[in-house]
Amino acid sequence: MDAIILQILNGLDKGSAYALIALGLTLIFGTLGVVNFAHGALFMIGAFCSVTLQRMLSTSFEMVDETQTDFLGNPLKVETPYVEAWFGPEVGAAIIDWSVPLAIFLAIPVMIAVGFAMERGLIKHFYKRPHADQILVTFGLAIVIGEIIKANFGANPISTPAPEAFRGAMDFGVLLGFEPNTIIYPYWRLVYFLFAIVIIASVFAFLQFTTFGMVVRAGMADRETVGLLGIDIDKRFTFMFGLAAAVAGLAGVMYTPILSPHYNIGMDFLVLSFVVVVVGGMGSLPGAVLAGFVLGILQSFASMNEVKAILPGIDQIIIYLVAIIILLTRPRGLMGRKGVMEE
Amino acid sequence: MLGLNAKDTSLFIVVIIMVLAAPILLNPFPADSALAQFNAGYPALMQRFLIFGILVVGFNILFGLTGYLSFGHAAFLGVGSFAAVWMFKLLSFNVIPAIILSIVVAGLFSVVIGYVALRRSGIYFSILTLAFAQMMYAIAYSDLVGKFLGTIITNGETGLQVYLDDPQILAGAGDPRVPHLFGLEMNSQTVWSVGGWEFVFQNGYYLCAVFMIIAFYMSIRIFRSPFGLVLRSIKSNQQRLNYTGVSTRPYMLTAFVISGMYAGLAGGLWSAMDPLTGAERMFWTASGEIVIMAILGGVGTLIGPILGAGAIKYMENIVSKINDNILHQWFAFMPEGIENFMVAIIHPFIGKGWHLTLGVVFMAVVIYLPGGLVELGERFIGLFRRKKTDNAPTGASTKPAE
Repeated sequence: MDAIILQILNGLDKGSAYALIALGLTLIFGTLGVVNFAHGALFMIGAFCSVTLQRMLSTSFEMVDETQTDFLGNPLKVETPYVEAWFGPEVGAAIIDWSVPLAIFLAIPVMIAVGFAMERGLIKHFYKRPHADQILVTFGLAIVIGEIIKANFGANPISTPAPEAFRGAMDFGVLLGFEPNTIIYPYWRLVYFLFAIVIIASVFAFLQFTTFGMVVRAGMADRETVGLLGIDIDKRFTFMFGLAAAVAGLAGVMYTPILSPHYNIGMDFLVLSFVVVVVGGMGSLPGAVLAGFVLGILQSFASMNEVKAILPGIDQIIIYLVAIIILLTRPRGLMGRKGVMEE
Repeated sequence: MLGLNAKDTSLFIVVIIMVLAAPILLNPFPADSALAQFNAGYPALMQRFLIFGILVVGFNILFGLTGYLSFGHAAFLGVGSFAAVWMFKLLSFNVIPAIILSIVVAGLFSVVIGYVALRRSGIYFSILTLAFAQMMYAIAYSDLVGKFLGTIITNGETGLQVYLDDPQILAGAGDPRVPHLFGLEMNSQTVWSVGGWEFVFQNGYYLCAVFMIIAFYMSIRIFRSPFGLVLRSIKSNQQRLNYTGVSTRPYMLTAFVISGMYAGLAGGLWSAMDPLTGAERMFWTASGEIVIMAILGGVGTLIGPILGAGAIKYMENIVSKINDNILHQWFAFMPEGIENFMVAIIHPFIGKGWHLTLGVVFMAVVIYLPGGLVELGERFIGLFRRKKTDNAPTGASTKPAE
């Protein structure tokens, strides 16, 4: 029993990332009808927002410390980050320590701007072209973004630690009444899961309970009629693209302590997220979330040693296997609408 | 000639001449001149041209004719490569059984994958092929089949290669220890020095050339056959074809298997040139590169795939060789400030930044030039024609030619 709970917990953080990326992907597909192969790149831009902020905050200068002297008797020069000089050592250190969560505030405007630029500058011109062309041009864009990141940040993963307070692990089993040390779960993964839940809930609430969201949903169901009613649906869809980009970016920001970002991280997540979208059903938002968590948990079950002993390496192929089975037996996905992209 | 009409015959002959004379044609600069770095006429690169040319010609039969975008074609290339190396290990270094087996194995894999993947079309087909290819990559990279059977099949990260203690049951005592064709070593070459030029003729290259010519001929025949016509009609309107009572699936499966076998042939040849095969040949970015080559050259045209494969491989080789010093030499005639500025601008695109160049070029082609290099050529020709006669149909230049 405790092993099962542990695997479910382990699957949650990966599942959250899949769900967030897939949510954005399916939002873009449902509104604009565009297959966005550059969505993984948006996730990566988000991740590098947090790297950038951390570097910005750690920017330091040499300050002469009068109280200490070096071995020659001169006043000691200390490398001090600007934030520590401005806000005092303790507050400054705390700000640097919390740079990953703080990067959320940097990522939101950056990601919305990137999303707007992408939609207005490139994807707008591809609405009328076949899906294959959309795949190709966004694939090209993903390569370009990845290479720009590589040129600026290098090819190696950059570690971005979580705040000190969340670095340890908690004994989750004790809460549920198991023996101590049976279910150990890192705090940050729990934070990530809760964060993902909040984001997903707010996206759904936004679509469900605001007039803007209602119009968008109406446009997803029947774009033409909404347009005929005198509503500028294109503008709203552009905004939704920005929102989807922001969701992917935030997923990336918070994922950096779990997996150090590198220039290929977007591609790695993209392929899996696409599979998640297909399993959940193209254009179905609840489907994307459900499939994200289900596949994340399945993957973590498949990586148990007991399972691997029977079928070695099943953890690496399980997601694709599930996708193939789903596509063949239920092509519209778990929660896809009937008749949408079933061919 | 050979059942081709006049236009195709001339195209075929041009391709034959280009392929056979490539060691001379691609070596326009003397060996000791400053421009020698732009020469492409050395065997390792020319083999790549042909191997990827064969691969993309096959991919084009699927994507160009039917419009089904397979995003996992590198998997067949990888399967073919592994099959060929296994032949080297078990039988002998003779390339003929290796290449035959790689075609057969890739064909078998494409029958299975095609049977499943072709039940869906459009983006689902792309994602299914991608999923299959990634699955096969994962299996090959960790050698899961080998672990399951308790032996070595793909040898995981290390890559599969031939060792001295391999059985090689057909190998004679005097056979060379490198891939050979009945004793003719693949990597032996004749150098022909004329003036300042050095032309290298390598056996392996000419083996590839023979296969390239056969592959290209078959591709012309397929394009012109009734079977090719059905494939084209699938691209233009599959639903209508279904309504008229034509079952499209057997045609699609045949096209898929043919293009898979082309990929297997390319994989076999690649192993014959370089018998250390790793799983990275199957990674999905490799599949993406195949798509890029096809688009860049011109999808659905006969010559496009060869041009695309050549252009990408040439650019890869040349662009990644250029460094800042060379750039400074080029812009030396400018004032120093502008020179440094130009170098700074171009710097991210060269050397290690080759993929950035690739991505930008690819995007530009998809956006502005959906017909690829062939369309570019057509536009140029159209430009001259209009000047001459002034009444040439303008619509003709926008459609990619066959």
